[in-house]
Amino acid sequence: MSEKEIKNLEEIFDQRIARDEKIEPKDWMPEKYRKTHIRQISQHAHSEIVGMLPEGNWISRAPSMRRKVALLAKVQDEAGHGLYLYSACETLGISRDELYDQLHTGKAKYSSIFNYPTITWADIGAIGWLVDGAAIINQVPLCSTSYGPYARAMVRVCKEESFHQRQGYEIMMTLAKGTPEQKAMAQDALDRWWWPALMMLGPTDAESVHTEQSMKWKLKRKTNDELRQQFIDQTVPQADLIGLTIPDANLKWNEETNHYDFGEIDWDEFWQVVKGHGPCNKERLSARVNAWEEGKWVRDAAMAYAKKEEDKKLKKAI
Amino acid sequence: MFLIKANFTMKNENKVQYIFGIADNALILGQRLSELCGHGPNLETDIAMTNMALDLLGQTRSYYQYAAQLTEGEKTEDDIAFLRTERQYKNVLLVEQPNRHFGYVITRQFFYDVFHLLFLRELENSTDSTLAAIAKKGIKEVSYHQRFSSDWMKRLGDGTKESHEKVQEAVDDLWRFTDELFHMTADDTLAVEHHIGIDVKTLKDRYYQIVSEILEEATLKVPETKWFQKGGKQGIHSEHMGYLLSDLQYMQRTYPNMKW
Amino acid sequence: MKNNWPLWEVFVRSKNGLEHRHFGSLHAADAEMALENARDVYTRRNEGVSIWVVESKNITASNPDNSEELFDPAHDKVYRHPTFYTLPDEVKHM
Repeated sequence: MSEKEIKNLEEIFDQRIARDEKIEPKDWMPEKYRKTHIRQISQHAHSEIVGMLPEGNWISRAPSMRRKVALLAKVQDEAGHGLYLYSACETLGISRDELYDQLHTGKAKYSSIFNYPTITWADIGAIGWLVDGAAIINQVPLCSTSYGPYARAMVRVCKEESFHQRQGYEIMMTLAKGTPEQKAMAQDALDRWWWPALMMLGPTDAESVHTEQSMKWKLKRKTNDELRQQFIDQTVPQADLIGLTIPDANLKWNEETNHYDFGEIDWDEFWQVVKGHGPCNKERLSARVNAWEEGKWVRDAAMAYAKKEEDKKLKKAI
Repeated sequence: MFLIKANFTMKNENKVQYIFGIADNALILGQRLSELCGHGPNLETDIAMTNMALDLLGQTRSYYQYAAQLTEGEKTEDDIAFLRTERQYKNVLLVEQPNRHFGYVITRQFFYDVFHLLFLRELENSTDSTLAAIAKKGIKEVSYHQRFSSDWMKRLGDGTKESHEKVQEAVDDLWRFTDELFHMTADDTLAVEHHIGIDVKTLKDRYYQIVSEILEEATLKVPETKWFQKGGKQGIHSEHMGYLLSDLQYMQRTYPNMKW
Repeated sequence: MKNNWPLWEVFVRSKNGLEHRHFGSLHAADAEMALENARDVYTRRNEGVSIWVVESKNITASNPDNSEELFDPAHDKVYRHPTFYTLPDEVKHM
């Protein structure tokens, strides 16, 4: 194909997206579209399965039977979401094993928030409330993104996600109206998770490299800063309602903008964690690598057995 | 087959003990399985095993809620799950054995599933309608568990040389815990007398027959040892149990008398 | 890498009376496992009463490049649709 022909195809492609048409796996697409989608969808998938670890950490210690099954079901959902997303990504011509390889070698990124430790039970509440809350803000617009398989996966994810945030908030609420010890535990968790949750919505618009292109392809409908503002505006009243304090001295309602003003985010910390030097980066990655390596003989056995069974069937047929 | 209606009722405290003997197995095995969530050999298998954990913990809750009811408000479901001492847990030794590798996990599951299904199919006929209802629901779940674990026994046994060796190792090692499944405790005997419980001794032949068939299909050797371990049903557990309980009970022990 | 579990497509009937619909895909070593995994992955919330799985490589798909010749010719076959035929209003049940 000549450059001109490609340019022409790209124009038609962009027009299709502008008309809200969906792109399906076998449709022609610009290489950059494919690559960007592989990157974003796989990052999203990796975040789901790495995200299982900090919460999974508390399944065996959950404080009641009700909380234990709810948490177990939630972490399992995350595995499911990872699976939906890897499947969507595979339609772009890359295998799950290759994607794992990118994760395991540190080439691929996942959401930095999961590199923070869950040190008390209240952290499970804070993650559900804040981290899933921020994730939902990010994810709902993706249900109408341009790439069909991604949009469909996100519809399923969002539908299942709705109980996660409620679960988290309920945990926080219970703690906040519990004993002083419990309330302190909840406040401490909010103090530690608040800023990382704000960072989770991505660098400021000025520093965000992908925003413009992503907007065009409907991988993003709002900028990082808009999403962050939305998150803060909806979360602050939720904290007030249960009597917890957002750890930001500069947080103030602004009558003119109809939004909350908020304090400076420590972007140095953000970049430190993104670059692999957060409190748990090493632990998270090695947990994933271990599970994969220790599972190799199991996966191999299943394939070997399947092959033997197939051969047996063939022999019988002859 | 409980044709004769019991003409005297079983004391609640004995019935509660009988329920512990059933439910603690589900709790402890569910706990072991849920330790694996997020660490499975791949996503699909991870999800499948978590489903089994959820089934078992769901069954546990039904049993404990019933037991709590029998204490007439003295204990809650969570008191029963989290606040007993080690000696008061009545699960068999098999289910508390650690997740040494996937071969152990599947073998432990398989050894328990075969028993569990035979057991529930009898419990379904209990004259105690609550236990019968829990069993009825459980049968559907456990039938699937047994299918899952039997299929995996075959995949591992007849898969690669490495998987064969690993799962044979697990079979040889865990075999000594199977006999305890068929021991009768005093509470079991009482429950049988009251047409509430199951005489587990009667399940034994069928159990070893099914297990041997699957092991053979999986090209695995049926261990010949006649030396078996016991104690769990009397609350005398292996050394692994204390660690499992310190995880399980951590919150309730550290922060007593709180709502979560 | 050659030992990877192959990819399967999963179709689920949500309730009797409805057709099987494509739900997504997953990896499994054999058909039996694909069915079990599909049950565990895609019907955790009572989404189905029946499942089909088919190994992805066995699906032959039409090529979007040919979609004009495949699908456009149907655009002007309006006589296949009932509204093509004019009937007097008095005719009922047709």
